Amino acid sequence: MSNGIFGGKGRILGVAILVLLFLFPLFLPRFYIYLLSIILLTGLLATSLNFPLGYGGIFQFHHAVFYGVGAYAAALMITKSGLSPWIGFVAGPFAAAFVSLVMGLICIRLSRLYFGMLQISLGSLIWIIVYRWYSFTGGDNGIHGIPLPDVISSSKNAYYFTLIVTLLSLWVLYKIIHSPFGSALQGTRDNPVRSAMIGINVRLHQLVALIIAGFFAGVAGSLFIVVDTTVFPDMLFWTLSLEVLIMCLLGGWFTFLGPMLGAAIIIILRTFISGFTDYWTLPLGLLMMSVIFFLPNGILGYIQEKLYWSPAEHADLVEDDMVQQTAKES
Amino acid sequence: MLEVKSLAKSFGGFAAVKGANLSVKKGEIVAVIGPNGAGKTTLFNLITGVLKPENGQVIFKGEDITGLPSYQICKKGVCRSFQVVNVFQRLSIFENVQISILSRERKTWNLFTPSAKLAIEETNQILESVGLMGKKTRTTGLISHGDRKVLEIAMALGGNPELLILDEPTAGMAPEETSRCIELIKDLSKKRGLTILFCEHDMEIVFGIANRIMVMVRGGTIVQGSCDIVRANQAVQEAYLGGSDAC
Repeated sequence: MSNGIFGGKGRILGVAILVLLFLFPLFLPRFYIYLLSIILLTGLLATSLNFPLGYGGIFQFHHAVFYGVGAYAAALMITKSGLSPWIGFVAGPFAAAFVSLVMGLICIRLSRLYFGMLQISLGSLIWIIVYRWYSFTGGDNGIHGIPLPDVISSSKNAYYFTLIVTLLSLWVLYKIIHSPFGSALQGTRDNPVRSAMIGINVRLHQLVALIIAGFFAGVAGSLFIVVDTTVFPDMLFWTLSLEVLIMCLLGGWFTFLGPMLGAAIIIILRTFISGFTDYWTLPLGLLMMSVIFFLPNGILGYIQEKLYWSPAEHADLVEDDMVQQTAKES
Repeated sequence: MLEVKSLAKSFGGFAAVKGANLSVKKGEIVAVIGPNGAGKTTLFNLITGVLKPENGQVIFKGEDITGLPSYQICKKGVCRSFQVVNVFQRLSIFENVQISILSRERKTWNLFTPSAKLAIEETNQILESVGLMGKKTRTTGLISHGDRKVLEIAMALGGNPELLILDEPTAGMAPEETSRCIELIKDLSKKRGLTILFCEHDMEIVFGIANRIMVMVRGGTIVQGSCDIVRANQAVQEAYLGGSDAC
């Protein structure tokens, strides 16, 4: 389970995809390079959400806030302070992590759904501030034409920068998930009472998981500036949070790379179907419904199931789990 | 080692535990018995910090641990198993026990060493001693109820407790699993020198392994003493045979 589809023989597939990712800019037109960069950084955003969601069992409903805060912090730092843009890119993730800490401290007392609801409320507060504070954040116009360092100003180099930072971030997240901290976090997901009884401070572990998730959402936010040189308030609107949540569920929220796959699918759908019709969310809705009905573990979850587990048994487990969780909530 | 003094807890006006007293000496096996709804599980929840008592005291090794959160009580050396199985569903048997050990070793703040390389020997040792070694890679959501109950005990052992609290360790087990589990409990007491506090409905088991017995009825302690004292006690006989709570 831990190595996912890239374990064993799948390693060849993994290496092939990596090599392709590095070769793409050599033959793909500029538009596709831009699209790939967006997929990568959104995939990182979804993966960072999946860390508390799929591995921590925390209902992080408003993850986009940390993405937006990271992006705005970086953008404001670059445009207002006159310091090197690199400092801005580093400041973004730390600002996101800090906001995540503060919001986490407030929300963490509540469990599951209530946590999510309170987070949406607090996140919306931050959104409205960004949306209305014209003199500082540019209001609904956002901030455009953020200057980039020369090294990454071409779209090809921006792509490589995004690719490398994304891969590094994914590697760090992967390490954390498979560390003792990650194990303990998965324990608190499966059973908080039991976790406390074996000596784990559940709330504190959850809080740290939230901070880490916020940090990497901030990294994704900084990367968006690198790719797009703009920030706008929609980046921290709750609909984006929902979209990212759907990416996790679609790809498979108990798999490491599922959210990345979900991000790729949704962004590709949005880009290409919205060319034909405004109702591009319709096929997405249908897809989402079929996933819920037929692949409760998401697409990648389904593939791994086929490769490693007896699917019938695992479906029982998921059902069991849900019954238990509903029982606990009521 | 453990002293419980007139502990009380009520749920919405219903006094689940009221005036519960209990003492456990080092190395003993103490059983708590009582009819259904007598408050045994609530008592254990109060001792281990899952619930906060309204009144009374819990003293462990001379230290007042009343109302501390579970994770701190665990670090002081009190570990427990649950009556309703409480394990980490999506993880393997091995990982379940391993997390418990990592937590005791205070390694859960380690963010970068792979878990797969830590505490392997000790985990295997515990799994060996409880007889789950052959199934260690299986996901716990998919193993039998009996195995999960044993895993409960194994996880409690991962915390290397001085006092082990078992809430109906054999509930719902098949007969052969039950006898295996009893052997295990006896072994833990003899070989590891653990102090064990447990509750159980099966009197044969209780009188078979307990040194002393505490009887609870309607949330309060009626009597605590050796098996013979309890067997001869009038109030106990009434509670079990003639009282309104008889089951």
